[in-house]
Amino acid sequence: MIQAEAKNINVWYGGFHALKNISMNFNPNTVTAFIGPSGCGKSTFLRLFNRMNDLIPNFRLEGEILLNGQNIYDKGVRLDEIRKQAGMVFQKPNPFPKSIYDNVAYGLRVNGNNNKTELDGIVENALRQAALWDEVKDVLKKSAMELSGGQQQRLCIARALAVQPQLILMDEPASALDPISTARVEELMLELKKNYTIIIVTHNLQQAGRISDYTAFFYLGELVEYNATEKIFLNPEKERTQNYITGRFG
Amino acid sequence: MRKFRDIYEKIIVGVLFSSSTITSLTVILIIVFLFKEGIGLFNHAVVDDNHVIAISSQNPVKDLTADKLAKIFNQDYATWQELGGTKDSVKILTTSTLMSIYTEEQLGANGENIPSKVNEYVKAHPGAILFMSKSFLPADFAGREIAVDKISLKKFLTGTHWYPTSSPIPQFGIWAIIMGTLMVTLGAILFAIPLGMATAIYLSEIASMRLRNIVKPIVELLAGIPSVVYGFFGLIVVVPLIQKGFNLDVGETILAGSIILGIMALPTIITVAEDALRTTPRALKEASLALGASEWQTLRKVVIPYAKSGISTAIILGIGRAIGETMAVLMVTGNSSNIPTSFLQPARTIPATIAAELGEAPYGGLHFKALFALAVILFLFTIIINLTVEVIKNKARKQSA
Repeated sequence: MIQAEAKNINVWYGGFHALKNISMNFNPNTVTAFIGPSGCGKSTFLRLFNRMNDLIPNFRLEGEILLNGQNIYDKGVRLDEIRKQAGMVFQKPNPFPKSIYDNVAYGLRVNGNNNKTELDGIVENALRQAALWDEVKDVLKKSAMELSGGQQQRLCIARALAVQPQLILMDEPASALDPISTARVEELMLELKKNYTIIIVTHNLQQAGRISDYTAFFYLGELVEYNATEKIFLNPEKERTQNYITGRFG
Repeated sequence: MRKFRDIYEKIIVGVLFSSSTITSLTVILIIVFLFKEGIGLFNHAVVDDNHVIAISSQNPVKDLTADKLAKIFNQDYATWQELGGTKDSVKILTTSTLMSIYTEEQLGANGENIPSKVNEYVKAHPGAILFMSKSFLPADFAGREIAVDKISLKKFLTGTHWYPTSSPIPQFGIWAIIMGTLMVTLGAILFAIPLGMATAIYLSEIASMRLRNIVKPIVELLAGIPSVVYGFFGLIVVVPLIQKGFNLDVGETILAGSIILGIMALPTIITVAEDALRTTPRALKEASLALGASEWQTLRKVVIPYAKSGISTAIILGIGRAIGETMAVLMVTGNSSNIPTSFLQPARTIPATIAAELGEAPYGGLHFKALFALAVILFLFTIIINLTVEVIKNKARKQSA
């Protein structure tokens, strides 16, 4: 169970004001979807939660991101600890060019766990949670690059789950997948929210409608509206949200 | 109008075709020329057709190999006993000694008495061995000619003596030169790999964009400095430093060559390795970091493995750069044709030998052909290097597919 909270967030890339005064609170064991047109800052906001934006030159942040009450941007916070708390699944499946097993075990190994029996157990568990175990249990030594796109994405989810995060960040995880693989990943998310808190960035409004409990609509770096998904889709408060949802712009 | 365009396009195709044909033919021609001249060494008599080596018919010694003959003419033997013959002392008779033994009058104004005097000398000295023009031998010559073995490929490769101009038996053993080349190259690579890789990793992973944009052009500039300038720098700076630092008699050593070659191989290694490192997809690096790996772990476990074929290519191209380099090495390695046993000894490399000696080797002669055979060996080295690069690239292509 994790309490995730963003307080008065402002982000700049050099002179560009990418996120404007955003505050949000996330409910545990829910799926929250970020929607909005390209360049509205939703991915930037998502990547604040595991400090992936730190890699970008000229990135500057004001405000606080609180995970269980701790500001992860405090000085003296260990980056690897922060990043273990928040597992991330990327837009395109990005398995390492290593075996399926080594992919899932990677996060544990870099954190110093080399106990074979322990690893075996965690790898199996993670693959089961990602609904991939039955398909790969006999070929764990095979290169991950030989899997299909959908399988690769579920492998990436398993890889993120293996380090036992509390928060799962998904950056358009199904945008590079075919409809069947997408359906499987969506099913998986509904299954995962029993144990995890999930934040997903998506361009696919139907997807947001199908899987999320809460939806946040971003526009030009501002959080326009954040509410229960049903409310956003059926009866939004702001006209801009209404226009976006109904496809009048975006 | 249409017809005009068709003709125009045909001309363009024709020009492109002939340019590529000419280029390919030139390359093939060079290779054929190289091999033809090089192989000539092995079908060629060591002593040229107009000259002859002979001993007295009373001399029982057999199996005079080229090596033994070379030693005899080098006055390494006092008597024939060591060679399994009599106690007669070895008397070398060449055109010049003939002149010092007999007066000009005795030999005749036009040298018409030379054959009879040669015969007289051989009869008087059973230990005589002579080397001279065939025309100086009398019809009733009291000695027997010795056929000198041709140079074998094995002797060429494994022979340890490189005396291409010694008379009458030149020696073409290139083992010392091969060893010199390999040691200089090895030293250069040992020096350049750690330095080059560290720089490549720093530039691609750690340095800021601004610093990278300053350093990379400087590194690439290193590749454009003429090798003679490197050689000059080596001679003036590196050689004296080594001489003082290791307290040597001469500073022109393999180490000096290795350092200079290493510096020269750096731009190749850094540029190719850095490009390879930067091809690692950002998504892979982010995936690793997102799992809690540190920058260094990400580098070691994701970036370097992903770029390893490019890194191998960089190293092998660096070796290729080092092995063929001529001028700088010629200037700083001392060019001694002894087999080197340490990095603090002088050595001679294949390209330096060719460059230094080709000018004084008579066109078409044995020495000339031996230098071409050396060039063939160097060519084979570089072919092996290029093939290795291709194999690694193909393997990497298969892996990523």
